Amino acid sequence: MAFSGMPWNRKDLISIESLNVEEIETIFETAEAFKKILNRKTAKTPALRGKTVVNLFFEPSTRTRVAFEMAANRLSADILSLDMKTSSTTKGETLRDTVDTITALQADIIVIRHSAPGSAGYIAGVVDLPVLNAGDGAHEHPTQALLDCFTLREKWGSLKDRKIAILGDILYSRVARSNIWAMTKLGAEVTLVGPSTLVPHEFEQMGVKVSHDLKSALEDKEAVMLLRIQHERQNASAFPSLNEYTSMFGLNKTRLSWLKKDAIIMHPGPINRGVEIDSELADSDQSVILEQVTNGLAIRMAALYLCSGGKAEAVASD
Amino acid sequence: MSKVQRIKGGRIIDPKNKRDEVGDLYIIDGKIADKPSDDLLNNAEIHDASGLVVCPGFVDLHVHFRVPGQTHKETIRTGTSAAAAGGFTSVVCMPNTSPPADNAGTIQFIKDAIEREAVVNVFPTGCITVGMEGKRLAPTGSLSEAGIVAISEGGKCVQDNGLMRRATQYAHMFNIPVIDHCQDDSLTRDGVMNEGFVSTKLGLVGSPKEAEDIVVSRNVILSSATGAHIHMQHISSKTAVEILRRAKARGTNVTAEATPHHISLIDEEIQSFDTNFKMNPPLRSEEDRIALIEGLKDGTIDCIATGHAPHTDYEKEVEFDYAPFGVIGLETALSVALGELYHSKRLSLSETLSLLAQRPSEILGLGKGTLDTGASGDICVFDPEEVWTPQKDSFFSKSSNSPWLGRELRNKVKKTFVSGRLVYDGERILP
Repeated sequence: MAFSGMPWNRKDLISIESLNVEEIETIFETAEAFKKILNRKTAKTPALRGKTVVNLFFEPSTRTRVAFEMAANRLSADILSLDMKTSSTTKGETLRDTVDTITALQADIIVIRHSAPGSAGYIAGVVDLPVLNAGDGAHEHPTQALLDCFTLREKWGSLKDRKIAILGDILYSRVARSNIWAMTKLGAEVTLVGPSTLVPHEFEQMGVKVSHDLKSALEDKEAVMLLRIQHERQNASAFPSLNEYTSMFGLNKTRLSWLKKDAIIMHPGPINRGVEIDSELADSDQSVILEQVTNGLAIRMAALYLCSGGKAEAVASD
Repeated sequence: MSKVQRIKGGRIIDPKNKRDEVGDLYIIDGKIADKPSDDLLNNAEIHDASGLVVCPGFVDLHVHFRVPGQTHKETIRTGTSAAAAGGFTSVVCMPNTSPPADNAGTIQFIKDAIEREAVVNVFPTGCITVGMEGKRLAPTGSLSEAGIVAISEGGKCVQDNGLMRRATQYAHMFNIPVIDHCQDDSLTRDGVMNEGFVSTKLGLVGSPKEAEDIVVSRNVILSSATGAHIHMQHISSKTAVEILRRAKARGTNVTAEATPHHISLIDEEIQSFDTNFKMNPPLRSEEDRIALIEGLKDGTIDCIATGHAPHTDYEKEVEFDYAPFGVIGLETALSVALGELYHSKRLSLSETLSLLAQRPSEILGLGKGTLDTGASGDICVFDPEEVWTPQKDSFFSKSSNSPWLGRELRNKVKKTFVSGRLVYDGERILP
């Protein structure tokens, strides 16, 4: 396969906001090549042999952590996953000290998830190692958005002029923010839908439409991305109750029919069945939820590989 | 024999006396004086000020000097050194210390430290409530006798309106003004920056302007009702400026300050998650910033105050969410204020200097900020042309949490006199 993207010149992957379209395409093409490797009998490549990837997770996560572990494993890297659980303030050690310690242990790549927006970028600025953001508070979750758009790209060939709705808790969602950047950069038309307290109009300045009317927002959309409604945010009283949310904004069969025929249903997981989506819809043919997970592996392989200095064309010509 | 000092050939600006002329300023035995006899003149100590501006030393109604209890951030010595290096000759320090300055004993402790270490005049304030807990009134009368110039809750705001009403009524009896950090806590919980597009984009929790607007309104209402003087700190919101403007038109006994950072910076600076732009109230929008400048122009906002809030590197170099609020400001205030108000042609030089000296002094009746004959020789001499760039190691403050690190500034203080004593010579603090 011919590689047409731009060379990758970043040591870090912190945000989608900072990427240009060519860089996003480079990641996609690299991921495509890795996805082929994943389909082989020996689904492994020696690309990162001898390197150590450290997963620094300050927030609980299963899917993202496991996806990065699997990706590092497929690249033949050594992997160390640290469940930091407590935040730096309660540990009494600063984030910088923690990361400096990891660096001194001869780590080669840091993957970080942290509840504080900006923390991944902060670490990228203070260490020489490649840093991959696996979610920094409500700020960004770049690999998630890349795998989401990669999945849509597989279905559609291109996101250009495609109409997509993102539905749910946008305000507290890093997945929404990274997807807004990625989808709009790739030329899609994005509408955010949800209660006014979770979808403030400030988002319009990011180049998207904001709606609080589910029917008109879903009409003519070719894909809908659902976001997890976070129970733990309930105390912020952004909406009265989960029941009320489901009755106003939950995706069910009737509401699915408002979308374009065969519209794609996406969800970054973990799903609250019966809250933001009816259980049967999550398992329907229109759902690509599990494909998202598989593609997440290829995308994370591409991100680890490119940030550690790998050349996109080297994989692409494999 | 009297000691005579002659500050020679500078542009003397004294806003109160509408004086703006090139000439000599005389200090005799620490006080501003008229031209003395030739006899005395012959023995004068001469300070050449040609090409420089000579004006009243500045007065800052809002500094945190961290004594007692947080001397890793600042001490009276380092804080007053920063003041002197910024041309400030009088400062009012906030009572949110450890322990809080809520009793006469702590005020005496602070005064002892001032006596030992200060190189400029320091006026302490006491807490509004015991322990700054917002529950019971602190002993305002005893605090007043111990020498405070106002009561304040430091970085906090009394949330209980009934208690605040009592506090203002009670303090009014002693003619003690109440200084308030206007913030409704129910709107700012978890907030780390201004609520708006930038917070939305970055995923940081925003604090809306309404938190300030509501408490400014409350204070206007309470001042109207009790007649007490309430001074509102670091106004940051356009709506708050409008509320104050209407209140002042009705003659309400309220005053207000704006900081150099709120009149010069906006929330877009936070895109890099630099914690030196994290303060409370937060940097707002461009619209708010312009409204503050308009407020300073028409007198709705009475003065500039820095809110000088030192924090160490290790406290600030953390995730944005966890960094403490506040920035230092004493050493950059003149440059920033002149840049935004004078060089941008919004106010005259004299009007801008008045916002830094005479007007703040008048708010608390400190008797400073003028070059009246007989006034104490508190003087700032600065170079209106010199361009400088603050660096981490260029501050006299013990901390360097400044948003202007690495940014070019114009106007540099060359000499600071306190009661006629040269305390800063443009390079060092004199022993």
